[in-house]
Amino acid sequence: MSKHTLATLVAGLAILILLPFTQSNYGVFVLCSWLVYSISAMGLNLTLGYAGQVSLAQASFMGIGAYTTALMTMAGVPWPAAMIAAMVLCFVIGFLLGYPALRVQHHFLAFITLAFNALVVLMLRNEEWLTGGTYGIVGIPRPELFGLQTQKPLAFYFFVLALFVLMAVALYAIIRSPWGRAFKALRENPIRANSLGVDIRKTTLLAFAIGSSYGGLAGSLLAQLTQFIDPHSFGLTISLKVLLMVIVGGAGFFFGPILGALLIVLAPEFLRFTEGYYLMIYATLVIVLMVFCPTGLLGLVERARTALKLRQNPNATTWEAGR
Amino acid sequence: MNTFFQLFVSGLATGSIYALAAIGFTLLWQASQTINFAQGEFIMLPAFFVLAGTQFLGLSFPVAMAVAVVLSLLLLGLGFKRIIIDPLLPHGVLPIVIATIALGILMKEGVKQFYTAEALPFPALFSDRTLNVLGAAISVQDIAVLLIALGAVALLQLFLNGTKIGRCMQATAQNPNVAEILGVPVRRMILYTFLINAGLAFLASILISPIYLAKFSNGETLGLIAFIAAIVGGFNQIRGALAGGLLLGVIDNLSAAYVSAPYRSAVPLILLIIIILVRPQGLLGKAEGRTV
Repeated sequence: MSKHTLATLVAGLAILILLPFTQSNYGVFVLCSWLVYSISAMGLNLTLGYAGQVSLAQASFMGIGAYTTALMTMAGVPWPAAMIAAMVLCFVIGFLLGYPALRVQHHFLAFITLAFNALVVLMLRNEEWLTGGTYGIVGIPRPELFGLQTQKPLAFYFFVLALFVLMAVALYAIIRSPWGRAFKALRENPIRANSLGVDIRKTTLLAFAIGSSYGGLAGSLLAQLTQFIDPHSFGLTISLKVLLMVIVGGAGFFFGPILGALLIVLAPEFLRFTEGYYLMIYATLVIVLMVFCPTGLLGLVERARTALKLRQNPNATTWEAGR
Repeated sequence: MNTFFQLFVSGLATGSIYALAAIGFTLLWQASQTINFAQGEFIMLPAFFVLAGTQFLGLSFPVAMAVAVVLSLLLLGLGFKRIIIDPLLPHGVLPIVIATIALGILMKEGVKQFYTAEALPFPALFSDRTLNVLGAAISVQDIAVLLIALGAVALLQLFLNGTKIGRCMQATAQNPNVAEILGVPVRRMILYTFLINAGLAFLASILISPIYLAKFSNGETLGLIAFIAAIVGGFNQIRGALAGGLLLGVIDNLSAAYVSAPYRSAVPLILLIIIILVRPQGLLGKAEGRTV
């Protein structure tokens, strides 16, 4: 990491710390949901952007995480235990789902995860004795840290921010580790990676399970943020929304999902004046973006950068300029 | 037993409509590796073309149908390919998935905003009388739907296997590079595939709308069922998609009657998961060789 990047990171973090003080309660809520969805999208980016597996089930893992946290904390289990349990459960379920599913890849995995997501929503809706059915669960407590209540929006924001930074650092470490490099090798050329000794199935499975546990954590934070959950909040549309965050920002770029989540969470706020036409405008923008820039916004930045370097040094190959 | 027979036949009828959607879906996949997540909306929309023609422009029903066919082919076939798929094809499957999902939302919301959020009755093409067959009441409409859909599939098969264009289309689907070398106009063949898909979507639309009413959100379930049918039957086979569609229609109807209502919609999903795990190439599909 260069000094330049480090300075940008520190500045970014400073903005994240100072920004909420300038916002109303609602503004802080929007910022919180951005961070929460960023965590979920980071997890999906590991599965999709680094390991190259299309998953349409991220919302179902958020749901599993949210319901686990809600049920456990409301039954009196301390929140750290509940949140860790949510992550572990999502890891295990991700592993169990991925183990058979990763025999088949690409579009098949997309469909299997799509079906899984629909099944999870059906269960959340139908098992009323546990999940409260369509009425959902109300009154999920927010965590208490060293005697400090996070009931106030600002306090909870910093709780979410701390976890967000923690998860981002963890992800960075994973990507830089030999495992993470194996993920990338797999995405670029599975057969070559395999011939170099990367166990394809174990590696993708791990990426999928870790990505799912990120979803689980995001879900448990979402439950504490809104203090109300129902099956509708974890449907297929939400999975697509998280997928969209990863793609719009730029799959395979570390900051892609964070940027994507910002845009997707803020878009409804900016487009609110359009009322009923909101979804149409949104969909049109997505199509236009895909047509003109299928690698996402960060992909666009990268392309501009490469082009610039090529202009400065016309003798360089694209490969050199891209570095 | 009579109820079972009745459910079975009406299941076959809806199943044959699912099959039309599933076949279009597999054709697009074969010809251009396009997974069309808006397939359900493609079936929802043509019925509204017809309704708009009769209600707003005062056209008679047959004229409105003709206009709707042309519109479907232009928008859902030619326009879809030129505007969305062509620029995205070089970038792999994922951008197409996202763009077609967005297209589905756009079509759904467009109908809701500019037309209506209500479910509209659609004129039935056939009488709703029932025939008594061996003690079971079978509706004429079900039989007619089944015959028309199967007839369309048979015609399509004849076209693909019996004409030069059809064979060129198959060659394009199997290996576009070799087809091109052999002088097949690959791009035009792919365009024909998109037009056929639009035509199938139109047919499915006018067959299913009298049964389920025309509603902007119809595409959600239809699209999902079309995927499941295509995968269960075999992603790379027309007869696979046909079998998958019929099977799902029957299973859907039977599980509505014999499985607990809350978990009715889980049955096709579980079937899908089992099929992918046990036989990923689908019931009638051939395993695709792995390319290095």
